[in-house]
Amino acid sequence: MCLAVPVKIISMDGDCAETEIAGVRRRVNIAMTPEARVGDYVLLHTGFAIAVIDEAEAEETLGILQEIASLSEVH
Amino acid sequence: MDETILLAHGSGGTLSHELVEKEFLSFLANPALNKLDDSAIFEASGRLAFTTDSYVVNPIFFPGGDIGRLAVCGTVNDLAMSGARPLYLSLSAIIEEGLLINELRQVVQSVKEAAEEADVSIIAGDTKVVGRGQADKLFLSTSGIGMVAPGVDISGANARTGDKILLSGTVGDHGIAIMSQREGLRFAIDLESDCAPLNKLVSRMLEASSRIHCLRDPTRGGLATTLNELARQSMVGMVVEEACIPVSDEVRAACELLGLDPLHIANEGKLVAVVDPADADRLLAVMRHDHYGRDAAIIGEVTGQHLGKVVMKTSLGPSRIVDMLSGELLPRIC
Amino acid sequence: MKFIDEYRDSRLARGLANRIAQRSTRKITLMEFCGGHTHAILKHGIRQMVPEAVEMRSGPGCPVCVTATADLDKAIALSRLPDVIIATFGDMMRVPGSYSSLQQSKAAGADIRVVYSTMDALELAKANYGRPVIFVGIGFETTAPTIAAAILAARREGIKNFYVLSLGKLTPPVMKALLDADGLRLDGIVCPGHVSVIIGSRPYEFIARDYRVACVISGFEPLDILLSIDKLVEQIEHDRPAVEIAYARGVKPAGNEKAREIMENVFEVADARWRGIGTIPASGLKIRTEYERFDADKAFPVGPEQPLREPEGCRCGDVIRGSAKPVECNLFGKACTPETPVGPCMVSGEGACAAYHQYGLPENLQTL
Repeated sequence: MCLAVPVKIISMDGDCAETEIAGVRRRVNIAMTPEARVGDYVLLHTGFAIAVIDEAEAEETLGILQEIASLSEVH
Repeated sequence: MDETILLAHGSGGTLSHELVEKEFLSFLANPALNKLDDSAIFEASGRLAFTTDSYVVNPIFFPGGDIGRLAVCGTVNDLAMSGARPLYLSLSAIIEEGLLINELRQVVQSVKEAAEEADVSIIAGDTKVVGRGQADKLFLSTSGIGMVAPGVDISGANARTGDKILLSGTVGDHGIAIMSQREGLRFAIDLESDCAPLNKLVSRMLEASSRIHCLRDPTRGGLATTLNELARQSMVGMVVEEACIPVSDEVRAACELLGLDPLHIANEGKLVAVVDPADADRLLAVMRHDHYGRDAAIIGEVTGQHLGKVVMKTSLGPSRIVDMLSGELLPRIC
Repeated sequence: MKFIDEYRDSRLARGLANRIAQRSTRKITLMEFCGGHTHAILKHGIRQMVPEAVEMRSGPGCPVCVTATADLDKAIALSRLPDVIIATFGDMMRVPGSYSSLQQSKAAGADIRVVYSTMDALELAKANYGRPVIFVGIGFETTAPTIAAAILAARREGIKNFYVLSLGKLTPPVMKALLDADGLRLDGIVCPGHVSVIIGSRPYEFIARDYRVACVISGFEPLDILLSIDKLVEQIEHDRPAVEIAYARGVKPAGNEKAREIMENVFEVADARWRGIGTIPASGLKIRTEYERFDADKAFPVGPEQPLREPEGCRCGDVIRGSAKPVECNLFGKACTPETPVGPCMVSGEGACAAYHQYGLPENLQTL
């Protein structure tokens, strides 16, 4: 129930959006993420989008993890 | 006009006879069935295999199949998993009053096609009709008889330390195809049930090797449950590698959305084979040559440690237990 | 799957595991608050990747597990009212109450439906005009806004037969209660990622400030969790407890204001009873008077049919508070299994006992 899954918005219609993850589609209520746009990824929890995923932050985190991995391989 | 099934269709009178003639015999005709005697008589010698199963899947039509195809493949596969060559099936139908005759016809057509593909004949049958609300559209039951060739000894108790574990293809397809109907998931690429008769695949495997120890199809409860059952029956341990287990991207994504584990989801056209390591590569090649084994993989091996338990090396690195499914994950999945 | 697969990379995981091992110099105790984290940790074998000196204890972040038996008994009693349809998340079905469970009630004829979303429950109400549909409203701050949204939609659309049994719980108050309790010494907390998407990072500041316990907000993929443990170890080793977000792609310090607005519109804070802990002041959600016609408690007052009974020998309470590990319960794996659960921790998809049973390795279950 803490489950929230990243899905991509492919179309929007008022409070509803059609979303997709790896070829699976689902309708999602986006009332709680008014800033969401088509093409954004949102976190889906029990039928609702609870956040728009910050892709810049995601990139940054992965970058940090890459650095950590490289450093530890040197040792 | 949309004709429907009436209670009278089950009463044994004219309408019943019409139903059997038009909706069953016209599709499934064969010498034994056509006689319409109280029993079908056939000759057989040697070891016979016999099995039975009922089908209550909801919905009765789903992507990749329907209850008719399921009813044939399920029983054909049970026979094949014992190393038997399936010969004859019986088919019993319990029909809810109000079912569209067109839908029944579609189901029987599927039964016919599946039986032809598997090379089996339906030689006995029965139909009953119950009142509205007393059965959910249609329940089917099939029993099957097959022949086991001399020397073939396949059993869940035969796994031995060192054996390799083979899986014939992607897991989770059937259960997710059913769930997708129920949960309003749609698929950009059509995700279909893998419902299929595996007897010809098994036949090729038996020709290629006399050292197949276990065969089982991972239906309800999924791959995890089947592996645990085999491990317990044979009193061995099993180790599998997550990265080697084939799962389609759509099934993976649907499982994330629904909070499910692909290893616990029903399959209706896959098999697990536990085989002598010397024959593993050869059997893998044979499986991959067959349409229903095209994605086959060696997923692990049998060990003498942690008897009765299945351990999986995760893609991340560490290992963990793979437990049987407990509780009612997906009701009326087959 | 974007934003999932990248966070399961084994090379990056090893990098983090190495750094944690390098940084860790002494024995510390961390609590992963959320049941979803407990499951992810066991499913991906995270404990095998961190040094033994880092001890991990599971916490009360499992909405099913912390639902008081009396509240579950109430839901079961409601299911027996004539014409009522109960809508519930699947996990609640098999949890044993004092004498029965929702699943047993269903087998005995009650109309109980499993739903994935509160909006499904609302659809049920629309499709069954004339019959009361009662949604069993468990959940933390992640789910509460979705329940509020359903109530708002019901009001907007004039749905008269939709009710919610309000059993929502709040995260910071129970954390405080655990920290105030005797016996549990925590150095750091892996904070729930999706609750924090809603509430942000500020509500945890009192933990670092007043209790000097490190807090890192974590996502649910293995790399997210390992990164959080790494940051916790760093904070603790340098004696610099703070609140950090290690799930920056989902969590902002201010959280989701729109979601909180919806939640606060419909719910107000009230005392709540927690299984295994008792009543914690201002730790739960109650439907505001303005929306009381959707409140199942007001519409269908049911008293206890039989006296409250807790299952004997069950240590769910201790497990929820982190003061016992599932393997330390005498019933674990014997009388209490996923097939024959005695308490909620063995039933729920997020229960610690269920996770240990499902994923624990036989030879090192003791060290998990």
